[in-house]
Amino acid sequence: MTVVTATSLDEALDALAGDPSAQLLAGGTDFMVEVSFAHRRPASIVTLRRVDELKGWWRDGDTLVLGAGMTYTELQAEPFLDVVPGLAQAARTVGSPQIRNAGTIGGNIATGSPAGDTLPVLVALDAVIVLQSAADGERRVPWNEFFLGPKRTARRGDELVTAVRVPVVHGRQEYLKVGTRNAMVISVAGVALVMDDDAHTVRVGLGSVGPVPLRAPAAEAFADSTIDWATMTIPDGGAAQFGALVSAAASPIDDQRSTAAYRRHAVGVCARRALQRCLS
Amino acid sequence: MSTTETIATGTDTTTGTETTTGTETTTGTETTTGTETTPADSSERTRGPRIGENAPRPDGVPKVNGEFAFGNDMWIEGMLFGRTLRSPHPYARIISIDISKALAMHGVHAVITADDVPGQKLYGLEHKDQPVFASEVVRFHGEPIAAVAADHPETARRACRAIEVEYDVHAPIVDAELSITAPPIHPDGNIFRHMFIRHGHPDSPESEGVVAVEGDYEIGMQDQAFLGPECALGIPLEDGGIELYVSTQWIHADREQTAACLGLDPEQVRMTMAGVGGAFGGREDISLQIHTALLTLHTGRPVKLQYSREESFFGHVHRHPAKMWYRHSARADGTLAKIEARLVFDGGAYASTSSAVLSNASCFAHGPYNVEHALIEGYSVRTNNPSCGAMRGFGAVQTCFAHEAQMDKLAAALGIDSIDLRLKNALKTGDRNITGQLLSGVVPVAELIERCVAHPLPAMGEVGEMMGRPGGAGRTADAHHIKRGFGFAIGWKNLMFSEGFDDYSTARVRIDEGQNGPVVTVHCACAEVGQGFVTLAQQIARTVLGLDEILLHPADTQVGSAGSTSASRQTWMSGGAVQQACEAVRTQIFASLAATHGVDPETLAIQDDHIVSVDGTFSIPVEDAVANKTFEATEVNRHVQTVRLDADGQGDAHVSFAFAAHRAVVDVDEELGLVRVIDITTTQDVGKLLNPRQALGQIEGGIAQGVGLAVMEEIIVTNGKVRNASFTDYLIPTTLDMPTVTIAALIEEPEPGAPFGAKGIGEPPTIASTAAVAAAIRNAIGRDITRVPVRPQDICL
Repeated sequence: MTVVTATSLDEALDALAGDPSAQLLAGGTDFMVEVSFAHRRPASIVTLRRVDELKGWWRDGDTLVLGAGMTYTELQAEPFLDVVPGLAQAARTVGSPQIRNAGTIGGNIATGSPAGDTLPVLVALDAVIVLQSAADGERRVPWNEFFLGPKRTARRGDELVTAVRVPVVHGRQEYLKVGTRNAMVISVAGVALVMDDDAHTVRVGLGSVGPVPLRAPAAEAFADSTIDWATMTIPDGGAAQFGALVSAAASPIDDQRSTAAYRRHAVGVCARRALQRCLS
Repeated sequence: MSTTETIATGTDTTTGTETTTGTETTTGTETTTGTETTPADSSERTRGPRIGENAPRPDGVPKVNGEFAFGNDMWIEGMLFGRTLRSPHPYARIISIDISKALAMHGVHAVITADDVPGQKLYGLEHKDQPVFASEVVRFHGEPIAAVAADHPETARRACRAIEVEYDVHAPIVDAELSITAPPIHPDGNIFRHMFIRHGHPDSPESEGVVAVEGDYEIGMQDQAFLGPECALGIPLEDGGIELYVSTQWIHADREQTAACLGLDPEQVRMTMAGVGGAFGGREDISLQIHTALLTLHTGRPVKLQYSREESFFGHVHRHPAKMWYRHSARADGTLAKIEARLVFDGGAYASTSSAVLSNASCFAHGPYNVEHALIEGYSVRTNNPSCGAMRGFGAVQTCFAHEAQMDKLAAALGIDSIDLRLKNALKTGDRNITGQLLSGVVPVAELIERCVAHPLPAMGEVGEMMGRPGGAGRTADAHHIKRGFGFAIGWKNLMFSEGFDDYSTARVRIDEGQNGPVVTVHCACAEVGQGFVTLAQQIARTVLGLDEILLHPADTQVGSAGSTSASRQTWMSGGAVQQACEAVRTQIFASLAATHGVDPETLAIQDDHIVSVDGTFSIPVEDAVANKTFEATEVNRHVQTVRLDADGQGDAHVSFAFAAHRAVVDVDEELGLVRVIDITTTQDVGKLLNPRQALGQIEGGIAQGVGLAVMEEIIVTNGKVRNASFTDYLIPTTLDMPTVTIAALIEEPEPGAPFGAKGIGEPPTIASTAAVAAAIRNAIGRDITRVPVRPQDICL
């Protein structure tokens, strides 16, 4: 096994150009589990922790650019916490403090698990994934073209997820995650809700209820048109109907963690509660 | 070959002071075993804790710091790495096994199968029905088929993948009820045990009360989930024998079974305990002991075999899943007229301790209550599910969940308060249980109930911050989504092995002159799995002998068996053996004083650190009395003889009983089906508190396991296949899931016949805590819960 310890973005991209089958290693919180279970034995690894270009976040006009190397700990901490509170809440649900110190948002995106905790928030924010390669430079891919199936993404082997771009949105955000333990648990169902008080829109992202993170367009359209944006209220029964529409948008499966019926039910309940919190 | 210098066994070799941890390290030749460790070089002796005092665990700080040597930390120069090939199918005929490609791989030193087992091909704790390696039929997902020794763990892993096994896959038998009448999946048949307990006249019309309630209850498969996976290190000896270091619960039973399969005399298998990271019953059976020994002898090289977390789930037995039908009938005043139950325990593919687990489940099926008539029918059955055996509570956990649900249901049907109903029927000293055994010991059932429920409840109406609510970090519940519920349960079980088992423990105690005065060495094969024998043996020796420097020799087979660290038995059995050996040594010291000082040995006693005569005319420090002398005694402690239950389930099958009550407070998010256990208040019958701090640890740990079974811990098996062999998907409680534990009372009424009057305390916290949480959930949501673990969909869909 060869290991390239990249110390710059160019080094990482060159290494990937030379060996597109190389395994990328950032926090290792997904990858090392697969190594421990002997599900993966990559011939080559490119490590990313020392690549400074992947670190931190900044503002680019009306867009926030989050470096792929941002850890969950950074996402949940001041000052980022106040900028995208939904991501901070999602980051807080991930693993233990040790895991959150290691795991990165870039890893969550590139792994592309339907249970990835930041993904419902990112899809609700209409995130754009930034990829780079030595051959083609930068490529920007909207979330709905990036996530293709369970742990399948549009990233080419020679590409690196370097950042994710999300718009600056004014309004409340909520992330609710259901698991059968009070912490350190893989999502059984997750709901992100993003209110845009300027555009008068509600956007919903769903995790663990489909092969990829999902949106709930019918529910969103219903909320956009039903909410009284002047008073920030919704008529009686509106939130419940919103929840029902979110349930209808889910396409969950039965597995060892839960049942499809429960997952469908849970995202509806969580979506209703999220909306009620944002309107309260 | 010199081995002891290079192997870290994790055994605690402490002195009397807290300053030396004595934990061995792996630094090589400087490492010493317990017997060579010398006390701290301080001439000022520190007074070590006696019986009844808080004794800090010598391995506590090293474990927290990551310095304790667990089994996995063992290492010896030139060792090979073992690996087990396991069946991917729950039930299949093996058509062929081709090891040639694996054997040809560079770095592979051995590939062994059933053909390479020189002795008995089958082993088992109670009944020898499990193949060392499957050769004709595999009967559960994960059954061992071959083992490899290679120069690197990765080589061993690849070699296992290179072994070609051709299977004829059969449909597995996975329903225990159906298996009773299904074609046998093993030459010994599908029924491990079928038993009845008939008490009173359950068939007579008079046995029927005026109110009856019925229920079906189910319990999922819990895992011991110990944090230190199985590990063993084998070293070949020049005489053809083997030295085996293993993290286990009962090294002598391991030796007996291993030697039989190796075709060796037991004396040729020398075993030493390696550092254990939890056991809870899961290390009582053979896992990798025989495989490691076979690879060692086959290669003539040291071999280390250790399980990954995933393999650990396949490598040890689990708690029996059970389906239980109950019917309780009562007189109008609440007197229990009759209890009927039918228990079906799924034992999985091989016998393990299924027979004894079922016996326990049946014997305690009525709960700690008097009942006029009872008819209990029990089955433990073979299926193609994972094998089940010992786990903390050993059968009593399953039936407690059912009988306590029934008591609440019966109280509601009678219109009587459920606590009053329990008190009315509570067992007490002098009563007989349903096997006809006189309860002559301490039976404080009523007091446990009363003191538990009398304890003030945690403040009502206060719902914690988001993190403290159901759903925790997931932020799913707002305060108004939460319903609070309360539940109560009490359970009991036997202490020590039952039904005629020849149960004993052996201890050797020796006093030698050390560098700074006399040193007491305690040698006992008792497996320290976290229960606290390391502190207790020292406390006993200090209390009996009045000396402070106590060394605990590593547990090994150079001394007689201590029996298993299970059944809440080691304090009574091995603690008793240490006490008796210390008393025998004390007698020798008195005799020596009689010779040198002309005192009557019959008049002498040890008071704190002095030997004094009863008339007060003679007094000498114990240290001076034993100076430059050596004393040694070995004693075997046996408990009273018990009998096997007869055809009607009657007989004095048990030695002693222990009881614990739990009151649970839960917050439930009914709409999402999520539960947060807020508080468990408990009372327990302990006989005598020997080490209060350790007792608290046992109670908190046992409750954690009980809470886990109530709301999350389950091995998911679908059509015989295990689907969550990882800590990603087999969930155990985190600190955010653990309730506050409030001890309302520990009842210290000395148990006759027990050393210092102490009852075992390890299992009782696990028995009723699950039932109490289930009751609290029922109370919160106003609906029945008949299965644990309670899944979100059981509450909200």
